[in-house]
Amino acid sequence: MDIQFLLNGETVRIAKVPATRTLLAWLRESRALTGTKEGCNEGDCGACTVMVSAFEDGQIRHRALNACILFLPQLDGKAVRTVEGLSGPEGQMHPVQAAMVEHHGSQCGFCTPGIVMSLAVAHRNGAQNFNDILAGNLCRCTGYAPIIRAAEAASQAPDASWLDTDIDKLAALTSSAARPPAEAQIFAPRSSQDLAGWFLENSDATLIGGATDVGLWVTKRLSSLGKVCFLGQVADMQGISVDENRVRIGAATTMNEVQDAIGKFHPDLAELLRRYGSVQVRNAATLGGNIGNGSPIGDGPPALIALGATLHLRRGTARREIPLEDFFIAYGKQDIEPGEFIEAVSVPRQTDALRCYKISKRFDQDISALCGCFNIHVNDGVVTTARIAFGGMAATPKRAATVESRLVGNAWNAATIEAALSAFDVDFSPIDDMRASAAYRLETARNLLLRYFAEQSEGRASTRILEVTP
Amino acid sequence: MSVSKPLPHDAACLHVTGAARYIDDLATPADTLHLAFGLSTIARGRIEAMDLDPVRAADGVLEVLTSLDLPADNDVSAAAHDEPLLSDGTIHYMGQPVFLVVATSHMAARKAARLARIDYSEQTPILSIDDALAAGQAFEPPLEFVKGDPEAAIACAAHVIEGQIEIGGQEHFYLEGHVALALPQEGGDMLIHSSSQHPSEIQHKVAGALGQPFNSVRVEVRRMGGGFGGKESQGNALAVATAIVAQQTGKPVKMRYDRDDDMIITGKRHEFRIDYIAGFSDEGRITGVSFTQYCRGGWAQDLTLAIADRAMLHADNAYHLENARITSHRLRTNTVSNTAYRGFGGPQGLLGIERVIDHIAHELGKDPKQVRDVNYYRPMSDAAKETTPYHMEVTDCVINEMVATLAKTADYTERRRAVAKWNAENKILKRGIALTPVKFGISFTLTFLNQAGALVHIYSDGSVHLNHGGTEMGQGLFTKVAQVAASAFGLPLTAIKITATDTAKVPNTSATAASSGSDLNGMAVKAACDQLRNRLIRFLKGEYAVKSQDIRFEDGQVRISGHETLSFAEVASRAYQNRVSLSATGFYATPDVAWDRLKGSGRPFYYFAYGAAVSEVVIDTLTGENRILRTDILHDVGRSLNPALDLGQVEGGFVQGTGWLTTEELVWDDKGRLLTHAPSTYKIPACSDRPAEFNVHLWDKGLNQEKTIYRSKAVGEPPFMLGTSVFMAISDAISACGDGRSYPALDAPATPERILFAIKAQQGREGA
Ligand SMILES: Cc1cc2nc3c(=O)[nH]c(=O)nc-3n(C[C@H](O)[C@H](O)[C@H](O)COP(=O)(O)OP(=O)(O)OC[C@H]3O[C@@H](n4cnc5c(N)ncnc54)[C@H](O)[C@@H]3O)c2cc1C
Ligand code: FES
Repeated sequence: MDIQFLLNGETVRIAKVPATRTLLAWLRESRALTGTKEGCNEGDCGACTVMVSAFEDGQIRHRALNACILFLPQLDGKAVRTVEGLSGPEGQMHPVQAAMVEHHGSQCGFCTPGIVMSLAVAHRNGAQNFNDILAGNLCRCTGYAPIIRAAEAASQAPDASWLDTDIDKLAALTSSAARPPAEAQIFAPRSSQDLAGWFLENSDATLIGGATDVGLWVTKRLSSLGKVCFLGQVADMQGISVDENRVRIGAATTMNEVQDAIGKFHPDLAELLRRYGSVQVRNAATLGGNIGNGSPIGDGPPALIALGATLHLRRGTARREIPLEDFFIAYGKQDIEPGEFIEAVSVPRQTDALRCYKISKRFDQDISALCGCFNIHVNDGVVTTARIAFGGMAATPKRAATVESRLVGNAWNAATIEAALSAFDVDFSPIDDMRASAAYRLETARNLLLRYFAEQSEGRASTRILEVTP
Repeated sequence: MSVSKPLPHDAACLHVTGAARYIDDLATPADTLHLAFGLSTIARGRIEAMDLDPVRAADGVLEVLTSLDLPADNDVSAAAHDEPLLSDGTIHYMGQPVFLVVATSHMAARKAARLARIDYSEQTPILSIDDALAAGQAFEPPLEFVKGDPEAAIACAAHVIEGQIEIGGQEHFYLEGHVALALPQEGGDMLIHSSSQHPSEIQHKVAGALGQPFNSVRVEVRRMGGGFGGKESQGNALAVATAIVAQQTGKPVKMRYDRDDDMIITGKRHEFRIDYIAGFSDEGRITGVSFTQYCRGGWAQDLTLAIADRAMLHADNAYHLENARITSHRLRTNTVSNTAYRGFGGPQGLLGIERVIDHIAHELGKDPKQVRDVNYYRPMSDAAKETTPYHMEVTDCVINEMVATLAKTADYTERRRAVAKWNAENKILKRGIALTPVKFGISFTLTFLNQAGALVHIYSDGSVHLNHGGTEMGQGLFTKVAQVAASAFGLPLTAIKITATDTAKVPNTSATAASSGSDLNGMAVKAACDQLRNRLIRFLKGEYAVKSQDIRFEDGQVRISGHETLSFAEVASRAYQNRVSLSATGFYATPDVAWDRLKGSGRPFYYFAYGAAVSEVVIDTLTGENRILRTDILHDVGRSLNPALDLGQVEGGFVQGTGWLTTEELVWDDKGRLLTHAPSTYKIPACSDRPAEFNVHLWDKGLNQEKTIYRSKAVGEPPFMLGTSVFMAISDAISACGDGRSYPALDAPATPERILFAIKAQQGREGA
């Protein structure tokens, strides 16, 4: 596969691009652009943050992404700006850079290029929720306070108009959409039909959504992947469509888009996704990947299972639909055939009763020790339906079936809740690991039901620690 | 004058544009070789057989070295000659370097390093403090400081408490991992670029490993991407490895640890357990106290003795203890060799006494602040001199006035009432508030290390070249020291060229550590600049027949009363033409310090730095989740050399300290494997973890009683311990969860799990 993209305003063509060469390694080793740093090589520290711009549905979008787990083929047809490419034509600093100097936002300076890039993207997008914007940029020196002062100051400054030249140039970039020859190791299909056909014949290939998981197989597990198929350009698997019965989310939709679109229907799921990874991670990670990796600690599945989501699978021209919870059979084992892939997830329209509780050592960008999602409907004081699903409590995302059964048909009151608590031991036998002990997981899972109940009866002010003001 | 201005970090513009170069950014020749260590997969035992053929056969591998292939000394230890570069057959911890892969790329070396087949005979590893005590594994016999008669005092005290606190370690998580680059020179000489706080030690270890005198090795350090103590000794292995391969191959050699390797291989903050017994009066005045500190050193000694000493030296924090016994156990375990980390044992020692105070307050049903107030050392203006448990007089205590000021500006008393009211109205969420002080001793306790050198040139165009023995890791040392030089010559900071630390320019340096960087190097630079200035004055006196006081250096000019005003450049040029030496070295040795560590007596510190913080937190009693709502800090930096940089140290140090005590949890399994070896599992504070409201001030009355550089105080480490206020506020919130009868003896770090179980323990007593 040959690719083309803009690097700091210049067109770059790479013939026969290596499938899993990361942008970070390429920038530093092949282009001598060493401003972009490696702090962890696994998407957690943000020192490698770059700005990636592309047209999506005819609109230009600017995103912060981690270059360490971004493979070169994912950049085809896009524009990349690194910290070296931010300053203006006369060498003037970007407003974010100038503010970082003025407000003493750098100490050791190693995280600084990544911080600058995250803030520059936010500046371009007019975003000011700096705690979220910087959740994926670790700084060990400053305690963040001066960085926030810089960010606030810079947000008053006009945009760096010189970056707009990328937009015109982007339109002129062409990339080859042709189906590759049989021996090709890389494919980047434009439609689910192309994907389905190719994957049927190349079922040993690795599908790559955002590579926030697969990236680490390369940078940490040091695996060689063989054939790969990038889903980033499969147009009909992106985005969210709504009809009166359901909300349908394409499998290649990024988590940030899911977060933006789902808030209307289920605000607490949007809040859960706000704490999923970081801006950089959510800009890459796809819903299909979050389900497809089969992880027992992913945050998407428990929430979607609680909502009664359906998984849309496709193999060649054959399509099937299964309840999402049935996809997860055992640890590392999912209901998916060779050559089959996730095409979409759909959520039935319903009155919102979903509450999602992500419990981790750190609020932002941490993997859940457990994630409890509760969707309980009450009519005339009696529980009519209860769907409760947990991540981090078993070898798969799992429903609390016994707990649910103790609720349904009973009065929605403290006695019913109390009676349901002991059922958690029946439904779950979690493990000890570095995130939490089994005892903590069980105790907290029970308490989350109490939290849900308290929230319904006393209001969320009584339970939401993140909403307490000083 | 440049000094005391809030100037930006000298490299700020380079940082934000990505132009600041770290070692991995340096352009290297195409034939540069790359290294990776093969690591042991058991924590304790012997290597029985090692098959490295698969490693040798891997793509890009040129060579694989074991301990048998080393040219000279197989040692990278800081002190005790107990840390082989490559295992000599004995395995001391999981992740110990066993062999060294030489390859054509970083990735090739990493991949190959995983291919070895090694047979071990395994022994049960000694992992915990209890394991080490049971096995009698220690680096030296227990050390003890005694003052007065603590046992008698406790025996006749009105009240006595007893307890214990477990204190977790901490990963440095400098954003730039360890890295070294060796460039072989002619005649067997070696130039090393190392991300190190201690270039001289790198020089010595490399020379030892090559079997060469020190003068054949030059070490350069322009900047580190963070250090925090983690680069005081832990960079030795990489520098030595690159030098050995560079010597053997004649090629440039680079080595950097992947983040996971860095976290697995290198040492961290020492874990501690502290047992205490304290006797006290009805007012909460401590009459006698006994601490037993158990310190987990890991497998090699490294800096453990000095760190354990400093923990003992801070067992009093800011409190006058009339009768005290402090016993310290320095334990050896089969875990990473713990090392320096900001505070160097001080934070752990300090946490012990803060716990005691908190416990006493609970016992007496008092506001802990009141108990603190009756125990502080008396203010320096009071004639009565009080001594520390190691018999040093405390003559500069300012904590009393600082705490009073802070309590007022932070509205402590009113907020404490408001917290109690809020807690009465809220069932699930609870708030807590605490005010804690810091008193931190400044100087290396190994007295001879308190020295520094500098080298300053004035070129004939008037531009100045500045060099000294300190290293820049983000703390702004280079900026502060350049401000000192600029002030000496009346020049703007831009006229001073700050240059990389270089063992060829200033020799025999101490590590940039113990917060001493500006104190020592600032003075050494001033000494050099003063000499040069005096030479220029002498020259001008001769030229113009004026007195010294008629000549002033200011605004880039030299004003001579009654005569013309010359530019500094002109003076330099004329001095040169008149054969005046325009280069000088400066030297400084801290006066008046002397310390006998075995006797536990003397004056280990030149002075103390002080600070205090009030933090308010909220916890969730259902999950143990917790947040800092507000923190107010007042910190004493003496007369600040640069208030902007000092404020940065205070804010950053505080947040790092809160991380240590809350989210940062190191977890090992029972085989001795570190499970939290990446940022995905080890959680340092993220942006939203800083206090929602964060008011930080330098104390405007700050003034060092000692004649330090412009009467400033060291600032690197002391603010770290302000994080204790958060831990104590969490403890306060937990005690609001039950009937208040039992003391929430919280261990550190206060993860959601620890908090939840502490709450459960509180609630379990309810109605009992
Ligand atoms: C720093 C960081 C933080 C993270 N934080 C979180 C978090 O808070 N919560 C959380 O849940 N996860 C988190 N993750 C994990 C990760 O982001 C998710 O699992 C993510 O959703 C994977 O999506 P992706 O598109 O990047 O998947 P990829 O890495 O591209 O693929 C993952 C797996 O899914 C398969 N796959 C991808 N698309 C499909 C498809 N359409 N059909 C079938 N199989 C498919 C791939 O073949 C692969 O096996 C984090 C990861 C990182 C690096
Ligand atoms: S290097 Fe840390 S996120 Fe990429």
